[in-house]
Amino acid sequence: MAPILEINNLFKNYGPVEILKDINVAIEQGDFLVLVGPSGCGKSTLLNCIAGLEPITSGKMAIGGQDMTNVSPKDRDIAMVFQSYALYPTMTVAKNITFGMKVRGIDQAVQDQKLAHVAQQLQIEPLLNRKPGQLSGGQRQRVAMGRALVRDPKLFLFDEPLSNLDAKLRVEMRTEIKALHQRLGASMVYVTHDQIEAMTLATKIVVMKGGVIQQIGTPAEIYNRPANLFVADFMGSPAMNLIPAKAKANGAGMQIEIAREKGDPIVLTDTRNQDLPENVILGVRPEDIADAAIGRGGDTQEADCIIDIVEPAGADTFAVMQLGGKHVTARLHAETTAAAGTAQRLAFDLGKVSYFAPETGLRLN
Amino acid sequence: MTDLSYSPASSGSSATKIALRWGLYIMLGLFALFYLMPLFVMVTTSFKSLEEIRTGDLISLPREVTLDAWRTAWSGACTGIQCEGVRPFFWNSVLIAIPAVMISTLIGALNGYVVAQWRFKGANLFFALMLFGCFIPFQVVLLPMARMLGLMGLAGTIPGLIFVHVIYGLGFTTLFFRNYYVSIPAELTKAAKVDGAGFFRIFWSIFLPLSLPIIVVTVIWQFTQIWNDFLFGISFSQAGTQPVTVALNNIVNSTTGVKAYNVDMAAAIIAALPTLFVYVVAGKYFVRGLTAGSVKG
Ligand SMILES: Nc1ncnc2c1ncn2[C@@H]1O[C@H](COP(=O)(O)OP(=O)(O)O)[C@@H](O)[C@H]1O
Ligand SMILES: [Mg+2]
Repeated sequence: MAPILEINNLFKNYGPVEILKDINVAIEQGDFLVLVGPSGCGKSTLLNCIAGLEPITSGKMAIGGQDMTNVSPKDRDIAMVFQSYALYPTMTVAKNITFGMKVRGIDQAVQDQKLAHVAQQLQIEPLLNRKPGQLSGGQRQRVAMGRALVRDPKLFLFDEPLSNLDAKLRVEMRTEIKALHQRLGASMVYVTHDQIEAMTLATKIVVMKGGVIQQIGTPAEIYNRPANLFVADFMGSPAMNLIPAKAKANGAGMQIEIAREKGDPIVLTDTRNQDLPENVILGVRPEDIADAAIGRGGDTQEADCIIDIVEPAGADTFAVMQLGGKHVTARLHAETTAAAGTAQRLAFDLGKVSYFAPETGLRLN
Repeated sequence: MTDLSYSPASSGSSATKIALRWGLYIMLGLFALFYLMPLFVMVTTSFKSLEEIRTGDLISLPREVTLDAWRTAWSGACTGIQCEGVRPFFWNSVLIAIPAVMISTLIGALNGYVVAQWRFKGANLFFALMLFGCFIPFQVVLLPMARMLGLMGLAGTIPGLIFVHVIYGLGFTTLFFRNYYVSIPAELTKAAKVDGAGFFRIFWSIFLPLSLPIIVVTVIWQFTQIWNDFLFGISFSQAGTQPVTVALNNIVNSTTGVKAYNVDMAAAIIAALPTLFVYVVAGKYFVRGLTAGSVKG
């Protein structure tokens, strides 16, 4: 089957400014694609290009196997949820939801039945006769979803739909959107600047920066094997520790040496990777540094580290130390004995580390 | 009302506060009086007989209220050789003002919608030229416009005057609507496009229903301009198509012998009534419309 959405060599300029550079993405039916990146990186622009709301400068785009490069938004069989919700202020909720069908001249009975179905699905039946101004943020968000759902399109487009909600509601709606996706089996493209949203919702993530795709992959691939320093730093919270280190070949593998302000360097032996250049940046997720005493499986190597700061966060305790001239965070168990100013024996999981070239920022392993 | 502009020191004593408040009211009252004085004189004079005007005091109330001057002004006063009062001219003004206001408002709304929401190449230049049109002194365009009306066969006709007022109102009406519509998020138009609506559908179903406040502002503005216009009225009309402002001028200037001040005043008030009426009926929307622009759902 043809991919539901296929973008080839898309470029987009605003005047002389290149906003999107050589975008290539394809998703299959049922995929939940999340475009994630810092604000201003061109996510909304790309979504608008997919919707046909912005003309593209060059490249090709197909939806459901049909070329859509020059097709107007209404003929693309898409529905879109906007960041500001963009509800029609003078229309009731019901009219907002049925406006698209009315414009397309769909039979009134069908409109009523679809409206009822969507209203029930999103539990907004009591709101149908209200105007958007009389709704709370969360309710507006639901109505905006309803307006998209009622269309039953080939492709749903979401532009930061949760960013205007408070933190608690955001998490609730996130779960609800995920449930909706699973129930409908619909194909979705979802824009967010929030990497947690990206990780939790996506079946496939596109990480963007400055209009260029940095990496495409499943959440696990992006998280475990970031393609470059930007992705490594952007995805995950707290961020991946990126520690300058020296690599030397020694019989069994590579010897990784991390300088410290006080005391000897930490020396770890990595048996999985060969042929690393001398200068590398070692990427270690905070959860891959654990209390040696508590122990865990995997390919761990231990070292004593002076802990500078201890930050209990309920389920975990974060310990911050100074390694290779950088603050390095370890995610320890809540019961850890680590205390500020004292040495703690920590285990580094070398099976999960990433190496990057300091000059290019690209992944080495 | 809490007045935040008071410094903490002066808000200490409530007596000072009250004194200041009263001082403010007295000032405002004096200003109001100053502005209302001419109107007061006009109204009282229009109800006096000529006899009383000659012998009495300018600012005294009429001893005897008479409607004669009003009757004469409406249907008997001479505007030259013709002596039918302002009535026929009043209707001319109505016939000019109403279509001109409606047409210029509607086109202004469409222009504003395009400039604000459908960015096209040269939109800024177009809008700048439109704005420039607001500032062209009308005297400058009299001759070219007269020539043009002649070529169009509309010289001296009411449709000709409507045309002129529509053209010269467009700068302002476009400006009003454009400024109102730029505050409407572009995502609204995008959502409607995705929903399948086209240019006119979006205007009609989404923008126009949002526009009541700015429509009121525009209508008041345009109506006042067009109704009160004298220059175009006297330049592009002929006997039979003159608006009320021109008739008023003629009544005042064509009386020979004793000036009938009471008739002049009554005629002036009649000529001003429609604009007064529009302000009273729609004034509160006017203020609201000027300060509004928020459509945050
Ligand atoms: N209409 C426009 N004209 C010119 N530049 C624009 C326009 N829209 C967006 N941009 C620029 O394109 C870049 C990407 O914007 P956007 O796609 O909105 O970013 P994101 O959604 O990732 O935050 C930004 O630098 C923005 O300034
Ligand atoms: Mg955006």
